[in-house]
Amino acid sequence: MRVDSSSLNRYTPDEMMTIAAARLIRPGCVCFVGIGVPSAAANLARLTHAPDMVLIYESGAIGTQPRVLPLSIGDGELAETATVVVPLPEIFSYWLQAGRIDVGFLGAAQIDRFGNLNTTVIGGYGKPKTRLPGAGGAPEIAIHAKQIFVVLKQSPRSFVAKLDFCTSAGFLNGHSERARRDIPGAGPQVVITDLGVLKPANGSQELTLVARYENVSVDRIRSATGWPLAVAEIIDVVAAPTADELRVLRDLHKRTEIAHSSDSLQFRKTASASRVNA
Amino acid sequence: MQLGNLQEVIDQYIHDSQSVALEGFTHLIPFAAGHEILRQKKRDLHLIRMTPDLIYDQLIGAGCARALTFSWGGNPGVGSLHRLRDAVENDWPRPLEVHEHSHAGMAAAYTAGAARMPFGMLRGYVGTDLPAVNPQVREVHCPYTNEKIATVPAINPDVTVLHAQAADRQGNILIRGILGAQKEAALAATTLIVTVEEIVDSLEAPMNAIVLPHWVVTAIAEVPTGAYPSYALGYYARDNAFYLAWDEIARDRERFTEWITRHVLSSRDHAEFLDSLAEAA
Repeated sequence: MRVDSSSLNRYTPDEMMTIAAARLIRPGCVCFVGIGVPSAAANLARLTHAPDMVLIYESGAIGTQPRVLPLSIGDGELAETATVVVPLPEIFSYWLQAGRIDVGFLGAAQIDRFGNLNTTVIGGYGKPKTRLPGAGGAPEIAIHAKQIFVVLKQSPRSFVAKLDFCTSAGFLNGHSERARRDIPGAGPQVVITDLGVLKPANGSQELTLVARYENVSVDRIRSATGWPLAVAEIIDVVAAPTADELRVLRDLHKRTEIAHSSDSLQFRKTASASRVNA
Repeated sequence: MQLGNLQEVIDQYIHDSQSVALEGFTHLIPFAAGHEILRQKKRDLHLIRMTPDLIYDQLIGAGCARALTFSWGGNPGVGSLHRLRDAVENDWPRPLEVHEHSHAGMAAAYTAGAARMPFGMLRGYVGTDLPAVNPQVREVHCPYTNEKIATVPAINPDVTVLHAQAADRQGNILIRGILGAQKEAALAATTLIVTVEEIVDSLEAPMNAIVLPHWVVTAIAEVPTGAYPSYALGYYARDNAFYLAWDEIARDRERFTEWITRHVLSSRDHAEFLDSLAEAA
């Protein structure tokens, strides 16, 4: 789909996904985010309807208010605008494990019908077809955050009948297995994709389509899912992005792009020149 | 504490087959020290780092590593570490033994190492396949409540290498900004090497600052911009454009080897490395 980015009544599926995720963040929410769409969505929420939300990055930045999106979870911007920066072992023990996080935002390469996530390998572990980055903070975020929001693009490659590797627990095999194993957090309460929104069904905890975006059919969402997708009786249509949401999100991305492309050559030349002059 | 130049310090303290942790979570990654390890062609290293980042992509691609202990192996915000992937997927340039954790697990392992405890523990790894592929992840029963708790063996590197903002003339080290597990990795190691942006008369450290006292530091080398293309808060920013550019450089074996030869192996030290990048720009 070709999109005129200057137009505020058109938008990309990625923008819709980010905005749909941002809307789910409540004011005051303490949110543990990773890089990519989760970071964009959380910052969009902070810059629109939830200015008092608390952003936590696993690098140790608590209450950070970055002006541009970080490329890495340890960018200086995060430390400089944080309420406090704590050592990383503390983030995982005193903050996450102690139950102080309301929402953990996760992405994945693969998800199954119970919201279990794979970010480790495609193919076998010993000789993978594709070695992915791995676990990072996700396995413990998945256990300890009070709720998990999952954000990822929907396709038969990402929505699979069986994960190649389970990196982070969703509802395991469903039917309250998570609770039986004394996992403290409630697990994935919502999955936001570029086509629509899924939520766990009562009882089985199987992910069920509950909402679609404008101009996206339920059949299309079914065909982008690698298992027979459960569909709610009534499917909501998520409201299209408002002009304000699109403007704030695009400004954020534009500031980010400029910040991440401009500084480097300048630095190299300055560093080199300062030695010549010394 | 010994004050030396980086070449001497690496030559004296890092040896083939050792376990070596170059820590720093995105911030203060000791690139200059990593490049010197690469130049000196150290071999069979067991590399340890929560986030291998570009520096381990380079060391792995150059054939310095036998094993890797890690918890997230990507190029942050960009994608894959292609040299790490090539080693795991295709054994190039040599097979790489992988010991994989989550961040919380590895943080617990360093913390235990720093305290000289045999293992770290956490409420973690529940429902994941990680214990199935890393038999070092086990569990104990709490002696008070009988709750099952995950355990990881302590990480005690032979050598930990850090980059920090400043050392004073006595050798006390000050670290500011995002810390990662640097303090734990430092105190877990047998030998601690630190490169610093500058050596100053006084650190003027606030009372609760992160300071590593001189008597836990083995050797210090002054290496300005020694964390580049990572960053040092208060000195220079992360070169995010370089991280983006690395994706293309590392994707291809020949292009990678050419880059390493031209910029790292052909440079005598970090200053020359930076000059060679500036020339190429």
